Amino acid sequence: MKNVTGEIERTGKITAINGMIVRAREVSNFGMREMVYVSDKGLLGEIIRMESDEALIQVYEETSGVKVGEPVTGTGRALSIALGPGLLGAFLDGIGRPLSRLYENEGVFLARGTRTDNIDMNKSWRVTPKVAVGESVSEGKILLAIPETPLVEHRVMVPRGVEGTVEYIAPTGYAKTSDVIARIRTVSGKVAPVRMFQLWGVRTPRPYSKRLLPDEPLITGQRVIDGLFPISKGGVAAIPGGFGTGKTVTQHQLAKWSDAQIVVYVGCGERGNEMTQVLEEFPVLEDPRTKRPLMERTILIANTSNMPVAAREASIYTGITIAEFYRDMGYDVAMMADSTSRWAEALREISGRLEEIPAEEGFPAYLPTRLAEFYERAGKVVTLGDERGSISVIGAVSPPGGDFTEPVTRHTKRFIRAFWALDANLAHSRHFPAISWMDSYSEYGEEVRDWYETNIDINWGRLREEARRLLAEDDSIQQTIRLMGEDVLPDSQKLIAYTASLLKNAYLQQNSFTDDSFCTPEKGIAIMRMIMSFYLQAKRLVSGGCPLSIIRKMKELDELVHVREISAQNLDAFSDLAKRLEVQLETVGRERLATHHDYEEGGF
Amino acid sequence: MALAEFKGIDKIFGPFVMLPFIEGVGYDDVVEVFGSDGAPRRGRAVMISDKATLIQVFKGVEGLVPDNTKVRFEGRGLEISLSPSILGRAFNGLGEPIDGCGPVLGGMRRDINGSAINPVARVYPHDFICTGISVIDTLMTLIRGQKLPIFSGDGLPHNKLAIQIAAQSRLVGVENFAVVFAGIGIRHDDAATFVNSLSLSRSEGNLVLFQNLADDPVIERIATPRMALTVAEYLAFELEKHVLVIITDMTSYCEALRELSIAKGEIPSRKGYPAYLYSDLATLYERAGVVKGRSGSVTMLPILTMPNDDITHPIPDLTGFITEGQIVLSRALDAQGIYPPIDPLPSLSRLMKDGIGKGFTREDHPSLSSQLFAAYSRDQDVKALADVVGKDELSEVDKTYLNFGESFESTFINQGKDEDRDIGDSLDKGWDLLSMLPVTELTRIKSEDIEKYLKKK
Repeated sequence: MKNVTGEIERTGKITAINGMIVRAREVSNFGMREMVYVSDKGLLGEIIRMESDEALIQVYEETSGVKVGEPVTGTGRALSIALGPGLLGAFLDGIGRPLSRLYENEGVFLARGTRTDNIDMNKSWRVTPKVAVGESVSEGKILLAIPETPLVEHRVMVPRGVEGTVEYIAPTGYAKTSDVIARIRTVSGKVAPVRMFQLWGVRTPRPYSKRLLPDEPLITGQRVIDGLFPISKGGVAAIPGGFGTGKTVTQHQLAKWSDAQIVVYVGCGERGNEMTQVLEEFPVLEDPRTKRPLMERTILIANTSNMPVAAREASIYTGITIAEFYRDMGYDVAMMADSTSRWAEALREISGRLEEIPAEEGFPAYLPTRLAEFYERAGKVVTLGDERGSISVIGAVSPPGGDFTEPVTRHTKRFIRAFWALDANLAHSRHFPAISWMDSYSEYGEEVRDWYETNIDINWGRLREEARRLLAEDDSIQQTIRLMGEDVLPDSQKLIAYTASLLKNAYLQQNSFTDDSFCTPEKGIAIMRMIMSFYLQAKRLVSGGCPLSIIRKMKELDELVHVREISAQNLDAFSDLAKRLEVQLETVGRERLATHHDYEEGGF
Repeated sequence: MALAEFKGIDKIFGPFVMLPFIEGVGYDDVVEVFGSDGAPRRGRAVMISDKATLIQVFKGVEGLVPDNTKVRFEGRGLEISLSPSILGRAFNGLGEPIDGCGPVLGGMRRDINGSAINPVARVYPHDFICTGISVIDTLMTLIRGQKLPIFSGDGLPHNKLAIQIAAQSRLVGVENFAVVFAGIGIRHDDAATFVNSLSLSRSEGNLVLFQNLADDPVIERIATPRMALTVAEYLAFELEKHVLVIITDMTSYCEALRELSIAKGEIPSRKGYPAYLYSDLATLYERAGVVKGRSGSVTMLPILTMPNDDITHPIPDLTGFITEGQIVLSRALDAQGIYPPIDPLPSLSRLMKDGIGKGFTREDHPSLSSQLFAAYSRDQDVKALADVVGKDELSEVDKTYLNFGESFESTFINQGKDEDRDIGDSLDKGWDLLSMLPVTELTRIKSEDIEKYLKKK
């Protein structure tokens, strides 16, 4: 029997079914990791183990009703997706099927065995050639430009393994996704047709030319991240936290406000309503920099917790492959994976069905390897086409019981460089984002310091260090307060506790449901400078004998507590308040210390 | 309609019977097992291969004799009959009528496993449900289409609370309102309380009951919530009703799942529960929601008792990761005689932010609730401190927090078992409490809202 493309159709027979794992016979001419169709229902699966004539197949759809003796049909390729224009703004499931088209075709509930291309092959695009006939090109070189959305220019690249001279290139005008838009004569004399899209196996990382140091920050608009625990473009970060600590809200915030050019958001084994929320919000919300709808730069991938587990395992790879594709065009891509723990649990479930010997807590022994392989696909690179692009990966981790010593959190920590630990106590008192300033860290702080000091504020690094030191001192003072109360403390320590509370209330907290949702680095640093300058000035007064209680009565401090409500556009209001605060402190100082005028001027 | 019949089984263990390979049986298909008494026991095919077929029997395997057992395959999954006449009916855990009114007639049959809702088809829920309970409405607002579990402990009044919510919840259009109740492994008297109170407060015609009592077969419990949810989906998405599903006790469900998993010889994960507990629970909880093009909704209020009041136990932990928040009951508040003993700090409603404030409840609601949380949290810290150093050593500000905390618990959290408070009243009560604190402490509220709502003393 031959299939539509003329190949001999290879079929095997199902011999056993156990959940998402199906066993089949007569498959010795199938390939390892080959994508197959399972049973008369046409369920999508992938061969994950070969044993003489039997294969184990991981099925990406529910297997209920599948019978022994039904066929398994080979497709001749690995689990892959079509990379091409039309991905932006799309909403795909874990194996790349467009959920909006499934909804149009099948209604509210997801049906099984549907086959659709992940992008629309008949859509017509306006193309502009970027190379001329006769030019020699190699893999990754940009051939065509397409305005995929008003925000993003899609760049069609020379596909894998093709090198030679351009014999034909589509002229300026319109072409369909499935059209041949170029022909390249290779060194061996063959002519390779190039289409607007290319198929790519999601488990294979896309190649690049070389890696660069991630020394430019990814501006997230979140003060606690940008100011204390920054991440670079091309960096990797993890957000661990128990339930209700705000992982998803933080991920959404980063997807909305970070200054990446492309955002790939993977909802992996999480709530359906959360994806719906993104889907309803992103077409309406504006990117603060370009003033265009966020959806024009976003790709959503959702395999919610009630969708098949095997496809949940695949969703992370589908996401990172799309991220790499846009990186190769020369874009800064940010990928959010919410949550990597659900992905690790999918690995565990599949491993359990395969009866593999478990390592810790039932997780397979290869868990750290898989985590490393995934996170290492992030980075800032020079692409094969000589462009500069980056992928930043931010993975949420959901440790059972909020315990950070469990295997997924522990292994993840080995492969990431920024760790934003969410704290249940902060979340309970509704301090959001509940990123703990004591447990979090970022190794990118030093790498991005130059950038911040050149572009934002010359004192960025110093302020960051001072603020962190103050918060650390406050942490130990708080322990004393918990044991003995605040009254026993000397004023110098009370001042530290008070300044830390200013930092917590006016700087670290940020309400994601008001205008304060996005904070420019300029506004962030202005608030931090104001608080830290207050501290230095007040410290001199206190050490000169001025009681803290008098300083705390200053009405400017009430304004300082509410300072984050002021719009970032109104930077003058910040410098005005800073000035008044300084003058008022001086006045207080003069009144109290009429005879001690020897403290030095200075500050940030 | 039998598709195939088979006599003689190889093996009986746990709740399972093992048979040789049988042509035509699908994975997860329903199977009827007939012992020597001739009565059918329902089961399903949980593993099949060309050598053997493993059947899980819901009613248990007691009294089966290998040579003398017949098995009949129906060639379809576990189903339930649905028609508008299902309203007002009562069933056991396997969907068999227990009210003596015979089978549900004239309808369609639907697989109880359901299918996942396409996230594109969902409508993000934002319709506020006024439960009339201050602490819930103000601090952890229930939204139509939400799944909000009650995390409780043995002996706490979770059943009373669930009944009060069901009775007071003012969803628009009462005639469109239905309650589906699924009791899983519950005691006879608890079941009776639910039936009586729910029937009293709602006309019986809007209630569908599923009861698997504590002494009913454990394996049935796997099917009970799925039966209830299939009915709920039918009522919501086909008859366009607003359905409130109360499931109690999810802990019994999870224990049944564990028993089954261990009997099957699967590798256990935390505390012996199967590695797929999260995915399994998700297939239940995620059936709540609102979808495009249908005016109904499924709101879910599962109750679970936390073993040893431990919120990090796998059952509450995994539940919390799937549901849209949680209402946590506190033994300490209960001991003080406060009803409902809801501890606001670990409680949360994730959908609240989009269902409150201007245009939904009142503009001051979001910042008011944030401030109440912050203040109560501070009060708890001060209380801990006061236990060590004594009340007298506290600063003036800290003392005001102590007073705030006391009034908050006794007048705001505490309310009568059938006291129904309007949202406006609840919010005003909140402002009254905040007026006990110095204005400088109100850092979560915009200056203009303080001007507008705070009553000066």
